[in-house]
Amino acid sequence: MISMGFEKFGFVSYVSQAKIGEFTEYLKKNQLMGTKCKKCEKVYFPPRGDCISCLGDEVEWVEINGDGKLVTYTEVNFAPTGFQEDVPYILALGLLNSGQQVFARFSKDVSLEQVKSGMAVQLVPCQIDEDRVTYEFQIP
Amino acid sequence: MTARVAIIGVGQSSFGKRPNSSIRDLTFEAFHEAIEDTKNLGRMDIDASLVATAAGYDKQRSPAAVIAEYLELNPQPTFLTEAACASSTVALRTAWSFIKSGLHDVVAVIGYQKMTDMTSEAIQEVMGRAGDVMFESPFGTSMPAYYAMFARAHMDAYGTTEEDLAKVSVKNHYYSQFNPKAMFQKEFTLEKVLSTRVIASPLKSLDCCANADGASCLILANESKAKKFAEQPIWIKGLGLGSTAMSLASRKPPFTGFESAQEAARQAYTMASIKPKDIDVAEVHDCFTIAELIAYGDLGFCKREDSPKMIRDKETHLGGRIPVNVDGGLLSKGHPVGATGGSQIRTLVYQLRGEAGKVQVDGAKIALGHNVGGIGMYTTVTILEV
Ligand SMILES: CC(C)(COP(=O)(O)OP(=O)(O)OC[C@H]1O[C@@H](n2cnc3c(N)ncnc32)[C@H](O)[C@@H]1OP(=O)(O)O)[C@@H](O)C(=O)NCCC(=O)NCCS
Ligand SMILES: [Zn+2]
Repeated sequence: MISMGFEKFGFVSYVSQAKIGEFTEYLKKNQLMGTKCKKCEKVYFPPRGDCISCLGDEVEWVEINGDGKLVTYTEVNFAPTGFQEDVPYILALGLLNSGQQVFARFSKDVSLEQVKSGMAVQLVPCQIDEDRVTYEFQIP
Repeated sequence: MTARVAIIGVGQSSFGKRPNSSIRDLTFEAFHEAIEDTKNLGRMDIDASLVATAAGYDKQRSPAAVIAEYLELNPQPTFLTEAACASSTVALRTAWSFIKSGLHDVVAVIGYQKMTDMTSEAIQEVMGRAGDVMFESPFGTSMPAYYAMFARAHMDAYGTTEEDLAKVSVKNHYYSQFNPKAMFQKEFTLEKVLSTRVIASPLKSLDCCANADGASCLILANESKAKKFAEQPIWIKGLGLGSTAMSLASRKPPFTGFESAQEAARQAYTMASIKPKDIDVAEVHDCFTIAELIAYGDLGFCKREDSPKMIRDKETHLGGRIPVNVDGGLLSKGHPVGATGGSQIRTLVYQLRGEAGKVQVDGAKIALGHNVGGIGMYTTVTILEV
């Protein structure tokens, strides 16, 4: 795999090369960045390298506000190969106040009892280990 | 009406752990049963074969070639159709188009999956990649986890309970006792289902279908060939196929239905000129208990919010308003991904021919099959008529 940065994203990554490869560099610097179409100004998070709205192929990086609310979630006890050491972990879908939906895990210190659909959540960049980065939901 | 397309033969292997069977052995078993099910159809009467399977479970690449070779279907056309768990009914729809266009007269649809030589964890890793590998799989997704998120949304929106979910499992396992090809052929009590270990909350082990090895085969023909090669042709009356975004994040709330299924249902009902109330018997894609409740709503069997009431009131049991999955469903038959849709259609063909034995729905004339790929990325709806 010839890397272009994206292989650093998430707990296990399956993609190494992407137009938005720099995304992981921003996460490393604790910045949650999306892309904005230079032509029609539509904002994407997670980032897209091209705009499907106006078919523009030039985008720029913009900071994203991680505040939002929880749409749905599950606590995983039976994990796929590669994730077994992480169980249990809570997978969640959140809706950011800025309108984008995001799929991520809850921070390890959040327990299932604390989680309820509709509650306020905050998406924040996080460092998994020296090399790997991601974002996760926290309770603000 | 010479343009009608019929199913003239159906077959399936036993589903389950089949340690002595390769994909060749499994597909042979299903093909053999389907050929025997026709009236003297010869190998050379088959003009084309469509092989259906989801990639990544066995090592054979481009499997249509090896299956066609093993079943001696060369040099007629053959190729692979892939739509995750909906592969075999997407192939059925393709076969229908081939016949309808006049390109071919008789087409075989052969679906299979060989899974149980992998661990359940490894299988879930493969399945997790039938989600968005850029922004979702890296968090450790699995099919039970995705469906669990729909179950949570359903519970929050409509007051659906874990007991309602368990009731689907109890119903389908009950009917499995009468299906000699099912992986599990025994009853479970509600208490037992509720006490099994949590896989992805709120889904427990018996809310999930099991991975299995198996194959199915459907043989389709145009009207004149159907009359020649079948005692009782079963006519394809309506077909629908819809799609939904792969990533959950790109879908619209509420997370209590699949846009693909709603679209497929709309197409199929329109093509067949019927309404949900006209359905006598249905097979829906119950890969998880929640998936069956979602299907009731998507197919218009009831209002979305009434789906838990439908199972509580036993409206989908034998004798109820629309009997659903009275062959045991995926929950008890096992779910060899690429073979499942064909197995559902086989069950419906038996029902319409009056050959369903102890689970026969009296006087069934119109049947509906609903087959979902992955977490609703693809859904087919097939309406059959005797
Ligand atoms: C739920 C799941 C994780 C359990 O896997 P597992 O822990 O390896 O389970 P096993 O196969 O070892 O089964 C454990 C026991 O439960 C039984 N069992 C499992 N599933 C069952 C079912 N659906 N019905 C009845 N019994 C079942 C097994 O026979 C076994 O019994 P035993 O201990 O007496 O032999 C696995 O079946 C799974 O991933 N299912 C979902 C498959 C899927 O996602 N398909 C795609 C859908 S879109
Ligand atoms: Zn644009």
